[in-house]
Amino acid sequence: MSEEQIRNLEKQFEERIARDEKIEPKDWMPEKYRQTHIRQMSQHAHSEVVGMLPEGNWITRAPSLRRKVALLAKVQDEAGHGLYLYSATETLGITREEMYEQLHTGKAKYSSIFNYPTVTWADMGAIGWLVDGAAIINQVPLCSTSFGPYARAMVRVCKEESFHQRQGYEIMIKLANGTLEQKEMAQDALNRWWWPSLMMLGPTDAESVHTEQSMKWKLKRKSNDELRQQFIDQTVPQADLIGLTIPDPDLKWNEERGSYDFGEIDWDEFWQVVKGHGPMNKERMKARVGAWERGEWVRDAAMAHAEKKAERKEKEAV
Amino acid sequence: MKDNLYQYLLGIADNSLILGQRMGELCGHGPSLETDIACTNISLDLFGQVRSYYQYAAKIAGDGRTEDDIAMLRKEREYLNVLLVEQPNTDFAYTMARHFLFDVYHLLFLTELKKSKDMTLAAIATKCIKEVRYHQRFSSDWIRRLGDGTEESHNRMQAAINDLWTYTDELFHQTEADKAMVSEGIGVDVTKLKAAYYEKVNTILEESTLSIPESKYFQKGGKMGIHTEHIGFLLAELQYMQRTYPNMEW
Amino acid sequence: MTTTKNWPLWEVFVRSKNGLEHRHFGSLHAADADMALENARDVYTRRNEGVSIWVVESKNITASNPEHNGEMFEPAKDKVYRHPTFYELPDEVEYM
Repeated sequence: MSEEQIRNLEKQFEERIARDEKIEPKDWMPEKYRQTHIRQMSQHAHSEVVGMLPEGNWITRAPSLRRKVALLAKVQDEAGHGLYLYSATETLGITREEMYEQLHTGKAKYSSIFNYPTVTWADMGAIGWLVDGAAIINQVPLCSTSFGPYARAMVRVCKEESFHQRQGYEIMIKLANGTLEQKEMAQDALNRWWWPSLMMLGPTDAESVHTEQSMKWKLKRKSNDELRQQFIDQTVPQADLIGLTIPDPDLKWNEERGSYDFGEIDWDEFWQVVKGHGPMNKERMKARVGAWERGEWVRDAAMAHAEKKAERKEKEAV
Repeated sequence: MKDNLYQYLLGIADNSLILGQRMGELCGHGPSLETDIACTNISLDLFGQVRSYYQYAAKIAGDGRTEDDIAMLRKEREYLNVLLVEQPNTDFAYTMARHFLFDVYHLLFLTELKKSKDMTLAAIATKCIKEVRYHQRFSSDWIRRLGDGTEESHNRMQAAINDLWTYTDELFHQTEADKAMVSEGIGVDVTKLKAAYYEKVNTILEESTLSIPESKYFQKGGKMGIHTEHIGFLLAELQYMQRTYPNMEW
Repeated sequence: MTTTKNWPLWEVFVRSKNGLEHRHFGSLHAADADMALENARDVYTRRNEGVSIWVVESKNITASNPEHNGEMFEPAKDKVYRHPTFYELPDEVEYM
């Protein structure tokens, strides 16, 4: 194809997206569109799967049977969401194994928030409330993103995730209304998860590299800073309601803007964790790689068995 | 009668509790995402059963204890599960073998429990039986895959079956509570399930090219609260919150 | 040892309730058809979304190529006579 033909195709492609038409896997697409989607979608899938670990950590120790089943179901959903997203990404011509390879070798990123440890039960509440809260803000706009398989996966994810945040907030309510010790546990978790949750919405607009292109492709509908503001504005009253204090001395209502002003985010910490030096980066990868390697003989056996079965069937047919 | 029924319920419920806890440990660490989701489903089924039994047990006990108190605040000698279900997830072959050896029993057991004169128990059994039929299907499929898969998987599965075999006989032991409940028409006479159990298990092992262990030496004790060393660690995790933060609501 | 063969991809179709058609729900990996069915049950119907499942290995699906959409689908666009609105009726005929 000549360069001019490609430019022409690209122009038509961008126009389709601008008209809110969906792009489907077999449609022509610019290579950059394919690569950007593979990167973002697989990163999203990795986040779901790595995200199982910090919460999975508490399944065996959940304080009641009711909490245990809710947590199990939630972590299971995350596996499901990882699976939907890997499947959607596979339509772009990359296999799940290749994506795992990228994750395991550190080539692919996942949400940095999961590199923080879950040290008390209240962390289950904080993650559901804050981390899932921030995730929902990120994810809802993706239900109408331009790439069909991604949009469809996100519709399913958002529908299923609606209980996740409630699950977390309910844990926090119970703690906040509990004994002094429980209340302290809740406040401590909020203190530790608040800032990483704000960072989860991405670097500031000035630092963000992909925003403009992503807006055009509807991978993003609002800027990171707008999303962050939205998250803060909706979360602060929820903290107030249950008597917990947001750990930010600079936080105050700005009447003029109709929004909360908030303090400086420690971006050095953010980049340190992104670059692999957070408290749990190594642990998380060890767990994922370990599960994959320990599972290898199992996956091989299942394939070998399937082949034997198919062979036997063929022989019977003859 | 009340006391026997309570003890009897614990015997049933503790099996599902301990096995559910073991399956829950795997969440996020399975050999594939799909398998992970499947194992978690099984764990969720088991905890659902557990809650029905303990809620009923709490009602029978009538001393103000809740399902969680019963599940999480007994001492190690007071758990009445069979030794089989507390065995660790040594590898995926062990996990599936343990499940399979329990599922075959569990399905036979619930099929009889459905006929119980105790309407609550019969109703719980009716609901659980569908779940457990699927568990058995799932674990049997994996016995076949691993038994008749690669040389490595065959060896691992054979090792798991050989090691866990010693815990199968206990499934058919009767406690005093069992006997009392059988005579009331409430409980299941587990001694009568033994032949059907080994027939089913042996058939699937043979289909899976696995040999049936010849060992005649069996372990017992779980039903009387005398466990293997594994239980202490399992309970330490299960009970951690309730022990560390007593008398709180979650 | 390296994995020689990865579990193939399967497409999952679920009937939500009797009376409705099977609809494409997504895909998953499984070693064989039985496992694909079981995985589909656990992945796609755990919220009571289905009463029947079909699975088919993705490689067995033949798909039309969007590059041929012109000759494949556009000729159907101007066949207005296939639709009832093409035909003129006197106003007096209310229902037909």
